[in-house]
Amino acid sequence: MGKTFAKPEALSDLHTHYCPGCTHGIIHRLIAEVIDELGIKGRTVGIAPVGCAVLVYNYLTLDFQEAAHGRAPAMATGMKRVRPDLIVFTYQGDGDLASIGMGEIIHAANRGEKFTTIFVNNAVYGMTGGQMAPTTMPGQRTTTSPFGRKVEECGMPIKMAELLSALETPGYITRQSVIKPKYIVRAKKAIKKAFQYQLEGRCFSLVEVISTCPTNWGLTPVQAIKWAEETMLPYYKLGEFKTPD
Amino acid sequence: MGKILMKGNEAIAEAAIRAGCLNYFGYPITPQSEVAEYLSRRMPEVGGVFLQGESEVAVSYMLFGASACGARVFTTSSSPGISLMGEGISYIAGAQCPAVFVNIMRGGPGLGGILPSQSDYFQATKGGGHGDYRLLVMAPASVQEAVEMIMLAFPLAEKYRNPVMLLGDGLIGQMMEPVEFPDHLNSEPTNKDEWATNGMDTRGSNKRNLVKSLFLDAGKLNEHNLMLKAKYDRMKREEIRYELYNIESDYKTLIVSYGTMSRVCKTAIDNMKDEGLEVGMVRPQTLFPFPEKAIYEAASKESCKIVVSIEMSMGQMVEDVERSVKGKLLVRWYGKCGGDVPTPEEVIEAVKSFNKGA
Repeated sequence: MGKTFAKPEALSDLHTHYCPGCTHGIIHRLIAEVIDELGIKGRTVGIAPVGCAVLVYNYLTLDFQEAAHGRAPAMATGMKRVRPDLIVFTYQGDGDLASIGMGEIIHAANRGEKFTTIFVNNAVYGMTGGQMAPTTMPGQRTTTSPFGRKVEECGMPIKMAELLSALETPGYITRQSVIKPKYIVRAKKAIKKAFQYQLEGRCFSLVEVISTCPTNWGLTPVQAIKWAEETMLPYYKLGEFKTPD
Repeated sequence: MGKILMKGNEAIAEAAIRAGCLNYFGYPITPQSEVAEYLSRRMPEVGGVFLQGESEVAVSYMLFGASACGARVFTTSSSPGISLMGEGISYIAGAQCPAVFVNIMRGGPGLGGILPSQSDYFQATKGGGHGDYRLLVMAPASVQEAVEMIMLAFPLAEKYRNPVMLLGDGLIGQMMEPVEFPDHLNSEPTNKDEWATNGMDTRGSNKRNLVKSLFLDAGKLNEHNLMLKAKYDRMKREEIRYELYNIESDYKTLIVSYGTMSRVCKTAIDNMKDEGLEVGMVRPQTLFPFPEKAIYEAASKESCKIVVSIEMSMGQMVEDVERSVKGKLLVRWYGKCGGDVPTPEEVIEAVKSFNKGA
């Protein structure tokens, strides 16, 4: 009997620096599996964010560039314009993409840049220590919203997938999650589809991934999954919001 | 090819193409928008990339991304736009990528004005973005020199894997002058496979490349900065460029001036010579590295009693001139910074008044 399950080639052997219950590791693995399955490791370049996942290049054994906070879509634009044959993806968190990098992501999506964005939404700034993000839920306590996010002061959490779907330019925009095995299976399919659209030179593609941050939420990993399911998923609806077909 | 009459901004755009740079990302801002307008027509003709970004911030990262995968790339902007690019420039320098930035300076601070100035000297030579980095800064005094410097800028950016800035005042971009283009550069960025994220297949290698500026370990960041410093020190040894004017005379006054201002100073020097008053000039063509030694030597001449830094700024380069003169002589500043270029008569008046005091 042959080998039926193995570590993806695009994934390194290192232990990650992520906290227990963090879902970055799962998402890294899904990307690695997709890259292996599509056989594109040698022509793929990743762009790492500012945030917990800046060290993603320690875990994915690909060419990688490091972006400034929020600027990954502009870097990916520069790369794809001069090297359309490369497969380029940005890996960004919610502070990175939905706050400081809002301008870059909207315009890259609207130009229909042919790269892929993996957008990890855990409703909080992770690496800086749990501050409020544009995606923080109403009433959610963070280190900069100690009394809970006040909607009258900070507005409602930004739904990036819906917002980007409103653009007229064709694109592939979907929201997935990795907090349960059934979601993980669907998330992988979506990530693969996103890369395939890029391979075909079709459109900009973005997969938003609802994730957990037990450390900054002040919860155990199990409680964090429950909280994400009960608080985030009803607001951040999963599904495909836009396809270029 | 003979001489043709061309606007500075358009000549800069054409020179970049002849330097083998077929990738331009830009954002409109007066007084340099003609570069983008010219290249939006010209790049498709040569199979190049033209893209108007959503902001100068984004443009600087488009350059970073393109450069990181080994492409020759440049942008142009003017003072407030360069401020916005400062973040990207710092990252590009930190990650050691080659790129060329052109600043066609207008007056500041803030919105300032749209007329020519040289008030971004500090920004170009002392920082602009965060961290310990330097740009190699070249300052043309004519459209022809702008073209020649652009041709030099790309190979130098690649030699040092560092951003190079062409610092021209608004007049350099806006005026029309006869210009002769050098032959096309045939060089390619060298050694890019050693560092560029151009895809492992492209390099035929299993070793991946990382383009990064993050070093969480104090010792490693210090080491990285020492290595960057070694590059900047090498620039100081190998890349200083300057012009001497009327330096054989027994001048009592030494002018240090660059860009358009230096051309006005040349007229003033010629006119003063006719009156029997000798004035010498050092014109820095590179602002970093700065021609400290040339200025020191020129100021050391027996006849020289005073040094005057003449700039279209409120006195920025004068600090480097003082540093170069090392207290040997009195260093004065004369300049204007609203968009009016001082006239030869005003320069002569300033030199004469400083002379009285010297």
